Amino acid sequence: MSVGAWEAFFLVILREMRLSFRRPEQLLQPLVFFLIVTTLFPLGLNLQLSLLRDMAPGVLWVAALLSSLLSLDSLFKGDADDGTLEQLTLSGQSLTVIVAAKTVAHWLVTGIALVVVSPVVGTALGIPTSAFATMMLSLALGTLTLSWLGAIGAGLTIGVRRGNVLLSLIVLPLAMPLLIFGAGATDRAMSGTSVAGALYFLAALCVFTCTLAPFAATAALRITVE
Amino acid sequence: MWTWFYKLASPPYVYGVAAALMPWFLGFAAIAIGYGLIGGLVFAPPDYQQGDAFRIIYVHVPSAWMSEFVYTTMAVAGAIALIWRIKVGFAVAGASAPIGASFTLLALVTGSMWGKPMWGTYWAWDPRLTSELILLFLYVGVMSLRSAFEDPARGDRAAALLAIVGAVNIPIIHYSVVWWNSLHQAATVAKLGKPSIEGSMLWPLLSMFVGFMLFHGAVLCLRLQGEVLNRERQSAWVREAINS
Amino acid sequence: MATAPDGLAVEQVHVWRGDRHVLQGVSIDVHPRELVHISGPNGSGKTTLLRVISGLLRPEQGSVRWQGQSIVRSRTQYQAALAYAAHEPALKGDLTALENMRFAVGLKRRTSASELQAALDRTGAGGCADLPARVLSAGQRRRVSLARVLAMRASVWLLDEPYANLDAAGSAVVSQMLQDHVRDGGLALVVAHRDLSLDCAVRRLELKP
Repeated sequence: MSVGAWEAFFLVILREMRLSFRRPEQLLQPLVFFLIVTTLFPLGLNLQLSLLRDMAPGVLWVAALLSSLLSLDSLFKGDADDGTLEQLTLSGQSLTVIVAAKTVAHWLVTGIALVVVSPVVGTALGIPTSAFATMMLSLALGTLTLSWLGAIGAGLTIGVRRGNVLLSLIVLPLAMPLLIFGAGATDRAMSGTSVAGALYFLAALCVFTCTLAPFAATAALRITVE
Repeated sequence: MWTWFYKLASPPYVYGVAAALMPWFLGFAAIAIGYGLIGGLVFAPPDYQQGDAFRIIYVHVPSAWMSEFVYTTMAVAGAIALIWRIKVGFAVAGASAPIGASFTLLALVTGSMWGKPMWGTYWAWDPRLTSELILLFLYVGVMSLRSAFEDPARGDRAAALLAIVGAVNIPIIHYSVVWWNSLHQAATVAKLGKPSIEGSMLWPLLSMFVGFMLFHGAVLCLRLQGEVLNRERQSAWVREAINS
Repeated sequence: MATAPDGLAVEQVHVWRGDRHVLQGVSIDVHPRELVHISGPNGSGKTTLLRVISGLLRPEQGSVRWQGQSIVRSRTQYQAALAYAAHEPALKGDLTALENMRFAVGLKRRTSASELQAALDRTGAGGCADLPARVLSAGQRRRVSLARVLAMRASVWLLDEPYANLDAAGSAVVSQMLQDHVRDGGLALVVAHRDLSLDCAVRRLELKP
């Protein structure tokens, strides 16, 4: 009658999804933040569409990184505050499975949403439709990797006051390769040069992180919770 | 063999060794840095392209090397402490972080001082300097995380884990910054470091490197003594060491 | 060879909080069909001891063994046999009582909604099953968290202040639960300030500050 690892994985994903959709405003906030930040750039710069287009991939990616970081803070914090994290830890399931499920659920809810609205932002910033596929693929890979990096950071900052600032401080330097290759891929797609190199590198980074980060995030949780 | 290992890592032993080694490190560091400075600043000929401005490499390059070396030390010490539960490892990691951050800052400052005559600006997003800047952010993250916890033992372990994650990422960061630079910048701009170098220029540089290494050893020993004393302040041997 | 030891063995557990020595060498053996009442003044380490026994907290010295094996080594088997109810009820405010039960118990064993509902009925929280936990009163939340303990069907119960926030009827339910559990071969460690007046043998562990 014991519960297998996959069953537990999907049960935790279901739990996280249900919790997110009970609070739709919390789902929308990172998206609105994403839109606002991308609006700031054209307002802060002079409105030359050619200039804007040159900066578009960078602006889009910086905004995407910041907005998904925003929601990562609460990845474990809510559960730690109300005591349900203890129940999850003592559930008899491997903590790594639970951490993996929570992180994947976070990406399904925030990362995918960013990918879906990115064409709107891309259009506003003057990114041509021909580059949308690359942009969305790179964003999907990048946000998944960032969710994993953020899971490590969120695990490390659970017991800390004002942990969200610290979370950004420790995760953003680690996320710079994502920004470089993600924006790079979009940039190359816009100029019509080959995007394969940058996308392959992003994909490799994603696989690498998905393999190692679950264990690092579990170790982080054990350090701060035990 | 393991008992020997644990004895080696026991706080009183480490404290004694650090205290004994410190003056030696400091003495030899003074000799090596002295030779390097005189050789580099006085006897080495000026560079045919860069003139006297190149002489900043005698400080810049060794501190850039040290910044990465110290980060590695910190991550390895943290890993040893986490895996084998050897608490002195945390003391080494804690003592290393500010030293490494200082070397990184020194490399950044000297690098941008070199940049002014070379590029006409203090900051030109040179890939090495950019990597160095991200390394500084990593150091700051590790130090802030350590001090953010009310329970110091927890801060130690969290910082050690973050240092390990950072160490895995450093090669990736470095490679991606180089890739980014090749994408956005023409290759004609003079890059810092790795010049083809002549003997009279090279020997002082190596001597500076050895000197920096020894100086790091001395400062690490000094800081390590402080860290060990603070961590072991409840135990009997510390009271004896202080009262004697 | 002696028969494999059953039950819990806590051996010389020491825990420091910073410079404060919270648990100073606590040892106790608990066998099936035994109930231990942990008492002591505030700050004497009752909750800390319970967290150590649950495996949430690793002691600096000493060990906890379950059926002869260190609980660090046999984590999965031990946790499958364990139900821990912390002082806070550990409910998600946005989930209903039944959903809370489902996601917590469902990781331990396969259950059905009717079984969970039965556990809620037994602790007198059956009426709250479909209400979000955030609208429940403190007493109702306590009842839900006790129903969760019941539904886990664990042999080791670690309960931190199970009587808190409960009225007379609720307290009677807890006492009945504990008696049934011990009679059916389970073991329990209970942190409580009041005296437990139960129809079964109660051992007492008094912690000094």
